[in-house]
Amino acid sequence: MHELALARSLAELVENEARQAGAARVMRVRLALGALAHVGPEAMRFCFEAAVRGTRAEGAGFDIVMIPGAGRCESCGQTVPLPERLAPCPECGGARVRMTAGDELRLIEMEVE
Amino acid sequence: MCAICGCGTTGEAHDHHHHQPHAHEADAKRLLRIERDVMAKNDGHAAANRERLAALGSFAVNLLSSPGSGKTTLLLRLITALRARHAIAVIEGDQQTDLDAARIRAAGVPAVQINTGAGCHLDAHMIGHALDDLALERNALLFIENVGNLVCPAGFDLGEAARVVVLSVTEGEDKPLKYPAMFATADLLVLNKADLLPHLDFDLAACIANALRINPDVQTLVVSARTGEGLTALAAWVEARAARLATEALTHA
Repeated sequence: MHELALARSLAELVENEARQAGAARVMRVRLALGALAHVGPEAMRFCFEAAVRGTRAEGAGFDIVMIPGAGRCESCGQTVPLPERLAPCPECGGARVRMTAGDELRLIEMEVE
Repeated sequence: MCAICGCGTTGEAHDHHHHQPHAHEADAKRLLRIERDVMAKNDGHAAANRERLAALGSFAVNLLSSPGSGKTTLLLRLITALRARHAIAVIEGDQQTDLDAARIRAAGVPAVQINTGAGCHLDAHMIGHALDDLALERNALLFIENVGNLVCPAGFDLGEAARVVVLSVTEGEDKPLKYPAMFATADLLVLNKADLLPHLDFDLAACIANALRINPDVQTLVVSARTGEGLTALAAWVEARAARLATEALTHA
């Protein structure tokens, strides 16, 4: 359940950003989550709600924007969609596709007041 | 009633205990663009640990595996093989108990136990504090035995110089495919409990092929912490990597 540790880091990040912006309350938090990151969106949501208790973001809405996996094929050089980490290149069948997207865990934006 | 904190005053601006004063005018909703990585904090602590270890000339190994793969027994064997030539220190990570640190200390090597409680992995912040408690000698080898878990520890950089994943041959050759994140970041895969191979259907070649599919750069060693098979090679790997790090530090100095 490493989502709890990640949610605590996120809650801390949110609180710091809110403080720096002089915001009293965080209404909504938007997180970019890579589809190939080893983070479960539902577990992340559950842990976030627990982690923000007693902070400016308590009760805030939580949007998760899933970022699809993508990679660059080392055989044909094309950037291709990557449904799983080990998927072969859909263009040339090459086995080595270096992941370029899908591993994100990034706070994108916050709605505050 | 104040909608922001639920206090009873209305109208005028007032102070709250824990946040800034605000006026009770029209709600000033704002959208803040942030774009910050959630792992940034851990990565900052990891970078600080790495710098601190480099200043001490210490070579740190992050030892990862599932529970029961034989990490601690392997570590005790490694200590025996390396202690004549190197100062050694150990950081032990477990959810509960200091059984592992006690085993290391009984061997005469300084060890700090981290209990993660509910936590399923070590993080760089914990290692920073453990380094405060561990009076690390100059040029020591530091072994960090992570919490037994093939999933969660993979994403947390501790500031180590090398990652060693231990997989025992009783666990099945498909583990690199099932838990790719762990194997993708390994510098060395150690296949332990090799003494049991004659009694198992474990396909050593298939396991190594699976690991290479996930991580084409990973090196592999087959060992038995019980019989000592392969331990000389493992100790040599650690020494070679430590020597390489020391050389790199000199070139960059």
